[in-house]
Amino acid sequence: MPSPNRPRVAALLSNRAGVGLKPEHIDAILAERPDVGFFEIHAENYMGDGGPPHRRLESIRSLYPVSLHGVGLSIGSPRPLDKAHLARLAALAKRYEPGLFSEHLAWSSHDLGFLDDLLPLPYTEETLACVCAHIEETQEALGRRMLLENPSTYVLFAESTIPETEFLAEIARRTGCGLLLDVNNVEVSATNHGFDPLAYLEAFPLEHVGEIHLAGYAEAEDEAGHRLLIDAHDSPVRPGVWALYEEVISCIGMQPTLVEWDNDVPEWPVLHAEARRAERHAAQAAAVAGTGAFGHAV
Amino acid sequence: MPFDATLEAFVEALADPWAPPPAETRGREGRPDARRFAVYRNNVAVGLIASVEMRYPVTRRLVGDDFFRGLARAYVAGNKPRSPVLIHWGADFPAFIGAFEPAREIPYLADVARLENAWVEVYHAAEATPLGLAELATVDPERLGELRFVFHPAVRLLRLAHPAASIWAAHQGASEPRSPDHWRPEDALIARPHADVDVRILPPRGYQFAAALLSGASLAEAAAPLAAEGVDPGPHLVGLIEAGAVTNIR
Repeated sequence: MPSPNRPRVAALLSNRAGVGLKPEHIDAILAERPDVGFFEIHAENYMGDGGPPHRRLESIRSLYPVSLHGVGLSIGSPRPLDKAHLARLAALAKRYEPGLFSEHLAWSSHDLGFLDDLLPLPYTEETLACVCAHIEETQEALGRRMLLENPSTYVLFAESTIPETEFLAEIARRTGCGLLLDVNNVEVSATNHGFDPLAYLEAFPLEHVGEIHLAGYAEAEDEAGHRLLIDAHDSPVRPGVWALYEEVISCIGMQPTLVEWDNDVPEWPVLHAEARRAERHAAQAAAVAGTGAFGHAV
Repeated sequence: MPFDATLEAFVEALADPWAPPPAETRGREGRPDARRFAVYRNNVAVGLIASVEMRYPVTRRLVGDDFFRGLARAYVAGNKPRSPVLIHWGADFPAFIGAFEPAREIPYLADVARLENAWVEVYHAAEATPLGLAELATVDPERLGELRFVFHPAVRLLRLAHPAASIWAAHQGASEPRSPDHWRPEDALIARPHADVDVRILPPRGYQFAAALLSGASLAEAAAPLAAEGVDPGPHLVGLIEAGAVTNIR
């Protein structure tokens, strides 16, 4: 049996690039021990009792810091959080000592069951209070501060009264949580709803950002013929997203940055190269820090 | 609209592929947009279908991608997970296949799926240290018959009406699978004593013997039906221990 007391590297994530941990890459990673800032794991994939997933994650964790990313807590739902799921998350966080824990501003469970997608919610005083209560409950259950990720959305709600950036800022203010800024999601939502992504970033409470996500999107059209981007995580990061990423880094400096690639997963060297590319973009942006298109220093 | 009612309407529209997009949703033209809402409906279906595909790779290979996707889509439409832990979801898919009219022509399909489900359960089951034969050898022979065994959490026993374990094994490589040499029922033991899942076809009477021990019978009780037929239970017991199916003697 793998020893739970195997020596580990420190939990803290440095300001470097990491990638999502994919089962098909683990043998190559353990053999080559590549220079990667961290690996991010989807919490729900490690909620079995034992077996190869945990054995291999123990090996990875002994060599690298990890971040724990939940995709099933349904924080953005009006229904009470699933207490059993919170307990599973807390147990995982205790076992693997991740440097960060993050979840989404979205919902995924309702009476019908778990819907396996990050579904959108209206932004109102009512939903704000509900999300804040769920985040406080989560932070209490895990005994740590969490990061909340901005969503990719394909529809808005007629009843929304609060801009998304203001909604996120108020959540951070009320709960003390940090934010995970998904730059691809900014590009996707900006295109889908016809707003300026730079203006969104300018309004975003960047001082609370503790991690950045990057990914590739797919393209479609809506009924009216407007370009519709889909947060597909199935391809390289697009040039427009790299440009936004550089804007953010030039403003707040390098942050732990994850390249997400969850579908049509490439060979390990391709994903690794994408993480190195993120570090080159960040270095370039840091060199011209303060010259970003939006300027509030933090 | 109250938060809960908004989401209720959203879920109802997700569940019905013919429903219009929820009235509260907005696209860039300031009105509901069916193609935008369809992204969510598609994500839900595609995500859950992918989970079924991942759990049942040989079943998929046996019927082909298109047929399997239709089968999985029908299953997903009526069987949403109760928990976000999808590695534990889809255990009743074999029963769904058994009742799925278009799959009737492939009578062994549900059995292959049962084996694949057991494989995944065993893969994720808790760790435990298997009992070695040397530990069994330390038992006073006079007391052997009184022994009861604690099984490893990563053990499943299956009775298959078709040679599903042979079919499954023949589909493990990329090469063209061979048909089973003998078309007959098979009993299988799926175990993961350490890191790797091991699938074994049990010899005749092996299932009854193992199932009796697994349900708490003493060695003498489990061995009696075999002894009555003049069969030595010894090799069956040794086989179980060698497979790493047992962790303790009580």
